[in-house]
Amino acid sequence: MLLNIKNLHVAINGKEIIKGFNLGVNYGEVHAIMGPNGTGKSTLAAAITGREGYEITKGVIEYKGRDITELTPDQRANEGIFLSFQYPVEIPGVSMINFIRTALNAQRAYKGHDPVKPAEFLKIMEEKKKLVDIQTRLTKRSVNEGFSGGEKKKNEIFQMAMLNPQLGILDETDSGLDIDALKVVARGVNSLRSDKNAFIVITHYQRLLDYIIPDFVHVMWDGRIVKSGGKGLALQLEEKGYEWVKELVEE
Amino acid sequence: MKTIQKHNRLQSSLLSSFPQRVKEVDNHSAISVLRQKAFEKLKTTGLPGNKDERWRNSLLTAIFDREFLLQTKAEPYQKSINELFECEIYNFHAEIISMLNGHYYAKDPDNLRELDNGVLTGSILTAQKNLPELFDKHFGRIGDYGQDGLTAANTAFFSDGIFVYVPDGVEVRDALQLIKMVNKTGNPFVVSRNLIILGKSSKLVFMHCDDSINHLSAFINTFTEIFVDENASLELYKMQNLNDETALLNNTFIRQEKDSSSKVNVITLNGGKIRNEINVDLQGEGAVTNLNGVYLMDKSQQIDNQVYINHLAPHCDSKTIFKGVLDDQATGIFNGYIFVERDAQKTNAFQQNNNILMTSDARVDTMPFLEIYADDVKCSHGATVGQLDEKARFYMMQRGISSEDARLLLMNAFTSEVTSKIGIEPLRISIEDMIKKRLRGELSICDRCVLHCSVPDKPVEF
Ligand SMILES: Nc1ncnc2c1ncn2[C@@H]1O[C@H](COP(=O)(O)OP(=O)(O)O)[C@@H](O)[C@H]1O
Ligand SMILES: [Mg+2]
Repeated sequence: MLLNIKNLHVAINGKEIIKGFNLGVNYGEVHAIMGPNGTGKSTLAAAITGREGYEITKGVIEYKGRDITELTPDQRANEGIFLSFQYPVEIPGVSMINFIRTALNAQRAYKGHDPVKPAEFLKIMEEKKKLVDIQTRLTKRSVNEGFSGGEKKKNEIFQMAMLNPQLGILDETDSGLDIDALKVVARGVNSLRSDKNAFIVITHYQRLLDYIIPDFVHVMWDGRIVKSGGKGLALQLEEKGYEWVKELVEE
Repeated sequence: MKTIQKHNRLQSSLLSSFPQRVKEVDNHSAISVLRQKAFEKLKTTGLPGNKDERWRNSLLTAIFDREFLLQTKAEPYQKSINELFECEIYNFHAEIISMLNGHYYAKDPDNLRELDNGVLTGSILTAQKNLPELFDKHFGRIGDYGQDGLTAANTAFFSDGIFVYVPDGVEVRDALQLIKMVNKTGNPFVVSRNLIILGKSSKLVFMHCDDSINHLSAFINTFTEIFVDENASLELYKMQNLNDETALLNNTFIRQEKDSSSKVNVITLNGGKIRNEINVDLQGEGAVTNLNGVYLMDKSQQIDNQVYINHLAPHCDSKTIFKGVLDDQATGIFNGYIFVERDAQKTNAFQQNNNILMTSDARVDTMPFLEIYADDVKCSHGATVGQLDEKARFYMMQRGISSEDARLLLMNAFTSEVTSKIGIEPLRISIEDMIKKRLRGELSICDRCVLHCSVPDKPVEF
């Protein structure tokens, strides 16, 4: 199993947000996590990636067979965990190229590899840029600075393609995208899918799941999973709305 | 109740040594007259203390109680400057002018050196002797010796300094680089005075480097007057890389005539206590000045930048941006003064100061002082004091970049707003590299470093 989250409880400033979350993800799988706003989806992603201020009060996050809750965010990233941010951060003064090359070389160094050669780096970049339709004018800018909402999301997938993670977590990568951009993003993700990695797709709407077909769908409510199923569950949820989940919880 | 100011050691020793000192030095008219006046000023005002508004948070005043040794004699010329000091700026050709312990340092110190097109450089004392007319026209007329006790002490006691003259219409091809070194035991008090004259429609790039070559303590008091005549253009770089035991007071007075321009870049990489006072008089219509500063302080260092922009004529522009990073217990002061005279209509004045505090012990005091008497004026100012952007840092770490490398990249990005404005490419690259090295804690191994510094035969990669 690639990821195994057991009875996870996460608190922010002493307030419990994740309340007994369980999830197992095997290599080659795509899991969708759906749920209304404020239910703790981004908090879960922050806990998996090791963000400061997200205190794990109970439970474990096992990744490749070991508990990673003591690892720093960069160690987890170097172990192959990638988060496509719900709100990508603008970093004025740090060029996209320098940023992505620094990240790539950090991950290579972690594995004991030499830094990527400039020519090879440019080649990989051109290739991945095509994959998600990223224009050269964007990679010449500072990280996410002056990018439109859609460009920011594409840029996340571009970075994911460059770093080729084992576990990709997409936090509402679809929100704010028009249908064409959505297809581009989905194409990018699908091209990366293999039996050596897995994806967690956090989304609000069923729409994205027409293009990234999940193996499992989980419905999250108030900090835990309240219902799991196959891809049909997403359609059911779309049809009946989150009111239905509420009823499920109350039963 | 009137408080009686206690005399500090430096002041007492200056006051008692003046009669002897004045006998030793030149008796040339312009200088001697001013020395005497300045001495009277020092006698009445004394050295500044923290009760003086302009010196309120300064840590510099604390050193006045130490024992200092006034540097009065030039060191004999033994080695060329290259053997004493290695400049970190590569691929940048400059004419070097050097000073050692406050004195002009050259093989032939008693003559002015003539460069192409009649450009003259040399000791300020020689200039007074050889070019009295030109000298008297400017000396002591741009800067105010009476600003405070330390400017008065400078004028009363300066032992030497450098002189530069660029004739009308001459665009100096290579930059002039003044390398000022201090290498002396026994707590030297190094007092020097410079005069730089740019003729009409001339052009000069001048670098003023204050460097330490050892860890000995010193107090450096420098007073520089720069005259920028009509339509002339000055690019001034102040590079400050001093040891932690050194205190530096740098007073720079620039006077700009009609349609002239100046660009001042103050790069403070290191130093115990550094105070830069930069005073720009926009005296002629249409004059423009851009002042940029970067400071990177740590340990218990203090940086104090006092910027005075005086809009004295209509249609002048000024733009001031200072940015700094303060680590450990370092402290900073930024006071930005903008003065707009009643007749100085259509003034554009902009001022910005941004600070990053790396620890909760670091602190900075930043204040604008605006005095505006004209009514058709655009004037804006802003200051920020903040921490490193933790969201950005996490974003970088989530991509695999270490916490320390993320910190370096962010700090470098912060200062690049200022350094990216440096127009001379090799100089910009060198300065950015020095900042990177500084931020990294002075390492020399570059290959794996995220900042990709250039070293002499390795170009920057992006
Ligand atoms: N930094 C924070 N401080 C306090 N509460 C927070 C913080 N971040 C999120 N929360 C709270 O945690 C809950 C879950 O938020 P989030 O994980 O962003 O939900 P989702 O991603 O499912 O919309 C919300 O009630 C939100 O208000
Ligand atoms: Mg969210």
